[in-house]
Amino acid sequence: MTIQQVVFILISLITIISAIVVVTDRNLFRAAVGLMASFLGVAGLYIILEAGFLAVAQLLVYIGAISILVIFAIMMTRRLMQTIESPFNSQPVWGLIGAVLAFLLLALVAIRTWPTAQYPAPSGPVVESSVQQLGALMVSPDAYVVPFEVASVLLLAALIGAVAISRTEGS
Amino acid sequence: MSFDILEFLQSLVQLNAVGYMREVWSDDMPAWLSEAILDIVVILVICTFNLIIVLGLIWLERKVVARIQDRIGPNRVGGRYGILQSVADATKLLSKEIITPSGADKLAFNLAPLVIVVAALLMWAVIPFAPGVIGTDLNVGLFYVLAISSVSVVPLLLAGWGSNNKYALLGAFRSVAQLVSYEVPMVMALLIPILIAGTMSMQGLVMAQEVWYVLVVPLSALIFLVSALAELGRTPFDLLEAESEIIAGYHIEYSGMKFAMFFLAEFINSLFMAALFTTIYLGGWRGPGAMEYPILGLIYFFIKVFLVYFVFIWIRGTFPRIRIDQLLDFNWKFLVPLTLGLIMVIAVVVKLIPEGTNPWAAAAALFIVNILVGLVALEFVRRYARRQRIEVEEVSISLDKTGDVTEVQSTATVVS
Repeated sequence: MTIQQVVFILISLITIISAIVVVTDRNLFRAAVGLMASFLGVAGLYIILEAGFLAVAQLLVYIGAISILVIFAIMMTRRLMQTIESPFNSQPVWGLIGAVLAFLLLALVAIRTWPTAQYPAPSGPVVESSVQQLGALMVSPDAYVVPFEVASVLLLAALIGAVAISRTEGS
Repeated sequence: MSFDILEFLQSLVQLNAVGYMREVWSDDMPAWLSEAILDIVVILVICTFNLIIVLGLIWLERKVVARIQDRIGPNRVGGRYGILQSVADATKLLSKEIITPSGADKLAFNLAPLVIVVAALLMWAVIPFAPGVIGTDLNVGLFYVLAISSVSVVPLLLAGWGSNNKYALLGAFRSVAQLVSYEVPMVMALLIPILIAGTMSMQGLVMAQEVWYVLVVPLSALIFLVSALAELGRTPFDLLEAESEIIAGYHIEYSGMKFAMFFLAEFINSLFMAALFTTIYLGGWRGPGAMEYPILGLIYFFIKVFLVYFVFIWIRGTFPRIRIDQLLDFNWKFLVPLTLGLIMVIAVVVKLIPEGTNPWAAAAALFIVNILVGLVALEFVRRYARRQRIEVEEVSISLDKTGDVTEVQSTATVVS
């Protein structure tokens, strides 16, 4: 077993265990902390795959922004120390169907790649300065400039909408 | 190649000890093992360096602030200058009882001091101390720093919520509001050097500084300095712990070594921000002869870092604390629009400067643009202030007629 595999197993364990905590813990705040740990584990997986930019973006967006927002929402809307409630809803049938479908999908992927997949995966030519390329693609008219701009307009609209809603009348 | 202590010392002076050990071990152990050992040793060295230098920083801060306030400061333990004062304080903190308040969430309460120090230490991985001396030269180095610093908001929430104390929670809310707000101008101010250098790698940013960026984009440097102070929660933005209002904020319930962990993280972060400012705006390790003799680069780097740190202490000794509404207004109504405008102007000017221009000429052009943008911003502030003054005068005149004197005074204090 190489060091890389040990690290992979450790990170996967962190990710999976904290994901289980997210869905089973009765305390919402702890679930949110578990969610953060799970995101951190995913960022670790990206680093193992040598996708540095993706890993850092994961940290910044999911832990730095979304998790903080989730915790704020919990703190603002619940009675603080009494967030004990059942994490389960009463839809076992739909849950089962979703789980089976997800399992089938993963199994399909695993079976298809099983005989040929190897670790470490055969990498293509190493992309130098991938960040520059990514940036250029984002604003190039041949690539992703339209989706990029549409996404920014959407975010701007959300921002202005939030301001408009929270603005009190007459001020 | 066998180990030789003299050669090792020589490699140490050349700041190439890691390369030397790698060669020594290349014969008798597999590469992955020697790499793993070296990585762990380097991590330990950087972390230990931080933990030890904090003792010095605390002493320095107390001494300098004392001088500014016309006091002597620590002067008993360790000779006339009280150099060992922080060691004595640390020993005292170690021997104190660690109290967990009843009703505290044990997980959050215990996790917070750990996470905050780990996050503070993680950021040092990408700081270039000298040519070739850097934890890891990520090509997204600066982005990594911002990501980790946004993660360091989490332990504050954990501490505030886990303590089961309303002041701690209030303090945590304030901290998060402040840190999240000031992250915006900080990130955008850092975009400007990235724009000019065309790279996010820390070593690349240092190499790109033919002219120090503090001379090229002084306004961006100033915005970064202000928002860094706010991110650190240092005076004049220290209302996170405002003793007189919320008695120390989110770490109110912590005692002994757990409290010391928050303190530690604060000082490590302060030094880190000084190091970041040095790397991005003061040319990092650059200086005469630094390329030939890396040890000189290390010395230049630390001279600059401590100069910036001294400025931090100086500001702390000089400015009074500001209010929370002033803090948020200053950020959202002044810093953010200013930085946005600056980015647009700089982006256009950088595109206009043709390739291959003398770096000093390009720097001069950008410098002038910066000064112009700064003057325009000041003009806006001046007009705003004049409008406010006129409003106050009108209010006081109208109130004078009714004879309501106390009201006049209170309005005037609110607006000024």
